[in-house]
Amino acid sequence: MSPAARDTAAAGLPWRPCATREMLEARAAMLARIRAFFAAAGVLEVETPLLSRAAVTDPALTSLAVRPGTGVAGGYLHTSPEFAMKRLLAAGSGPIYQICKVFRDDERGRWHHPEFSLLEWYRPGWDYQRLIDEVAALVRAALDRPALAVERVSYRALFRDGLGIDPWETSVAALRDCARRVGIGGVEGLELDRDGWLDLLLSHRLESGLGRGRLSFVHDYPPSQAALARVRPGAAPVAERFELYVEGVELANGFQELTDAAEQRARFDADLDWRRANGQAEVPTDVHFLAALEAGLPESAGVALGLDRLLMIATGAPDIDAVLAFPVERA
Amino acid sequence: MLDGDPYTIVENEFVKPGKGQAFNRVRVRNLKTGRVVEKTFKSGESVEAADVHDTEMQYLYNDGIEWNFMDPDTFEQLIASEQAVGEAAKWIKEQDLCKVTLWNGVPLSIEPPNFVVLEITETDPGLKGDTSGGGGKPATLETGAVVRVPLFVQTGELIKVDTRTGEYVSRAKEA
Repeated sequence: MSPAARDTAAAGLPWRPCATREMLEARAAMLARIRAFFAAAGVLEVETPLLSRAAVTDPALTSLAVRPGTGVAGGYLHTSPEFAMKRLLAAGSGPIYQICKVFRDDERGRWHHPEFSLLEWYRPGWDYQRLIDEVAALVRAALDRPALAVERVSYRALFRDGLGIDPWETSVAALRDCARRVGIGGVEGLELDRDGWLDLLLSHRLESGLGRGRLSFVHDYPPSQAALARVRPGAAPVAERFELYVEGVELANGFQELTDAAEQRARFDADLDWRRANGQAEVPTDVHFLAALEAGLPESAGVALGLDRLLMIATGAPDIDAVLAFPVERA
Repeated sequence: MLDGDPYTIVENEFVKPGKGQAFNRVRVRNLKTGRVVEKTFKSGESVEAADVHDTEMQYLYNDGIEWNFMDPDTFEQLIASEQAVGEAAKWIKEQDLCKVTLWNGVPLSIEPPNFVVLEITETDPGLKGDTSGGGGKPATLETGAVVRVPLFVQTGELIKVDTRTGEYVSRAKEA
């Protein structure tokens, strides 16, 4: 293209940022409050690679693959810094936090952007209920709303009170009936497994009522949704996992971290089996992470929190584009 | 295509828990009945595309029941139902070029030109001061549509109307 033709082609392009100057300032101020919070709490800020040889196996997440360049092997952009941060914990780092960009392919919408900012932190020696208290304190500080109320509700109580069903006991057929009964459109055409139906009911009928004028922590999930959380055994085992909702929006996900290497390996294998059976990309598992677990990960609680969404809530932004300088369509 | 009917997407919301199944909550309009319904799909699921396309056609005449359109290139004529013409009936005049959405060769919907020029058949002379306070008055047009016009516009005059908003734009010299 000639320079003149290039200039003509560039003339009409939307080069300006989506975020206003005030929004950029709000983001910077929020980040400063978060860093001050952790400095006061004695939590160390760390950085780990965005580009990894391995990828997350979780079937609900799609890693972006990076093609090999010259000299250095390619790999995958991380979907969260979890594996690398746990290697630091296993090496004796003590409490750590990280603010970084993470990447998730196929996620775009009012509340989703394939590249987003995540705050992730770990508390060795803590249990997840204590970490919930710290998440509440951090969010109050970040939003500059020190009096914001906090509620805790178990996953089971949420479904029982909101829909009259027990997510551990109810059959798949009854979950489908429930979805139809509460008026979710197009249920006839949906083929979902048990967790899929629970996800549908949660996201379409329960989430919007959570965190209204408060911080709502949903905790103790079905073991099938443990992800990387420890499962507490018992008559009805529960995954020691929690999620934070604010104004109907999922903001954070935390675990009592699984420290059992054999169990972790089995979950990776189960994920990969699911991927194979469902035609998803097979990805290399993080063997360095497994080696760190075998060496010994201290009992820890950890959590990841979406900073773009937190900023949306802080500023009342109508969609995620409003808090980003340049959304992916014009990045 | 859903259950044998063509639909157009009105709204598409991506819903996904951080750990779990992603959905698209979609509001779709049935192109045959005009009804809007909500459907939920697993993200990435595919649906048969309706063989729908838009074409420019000239409105010829209405025989009281059916609306006749003609392709200005091939002179092929098509009949559109009252249902398909819908709101466009308020604005179109014979000879107007309209956007016709065809499904399997049958007109599903008619979109009038963005701007039309129509004659006012009736409006209050309205010279004795404005009592509505809104700075305007209703005027009935030759197609039967009623729009608000400024007080100085009179019966028999031609005006330009934006069909997307139904609002008066200006006076016009000729159609």
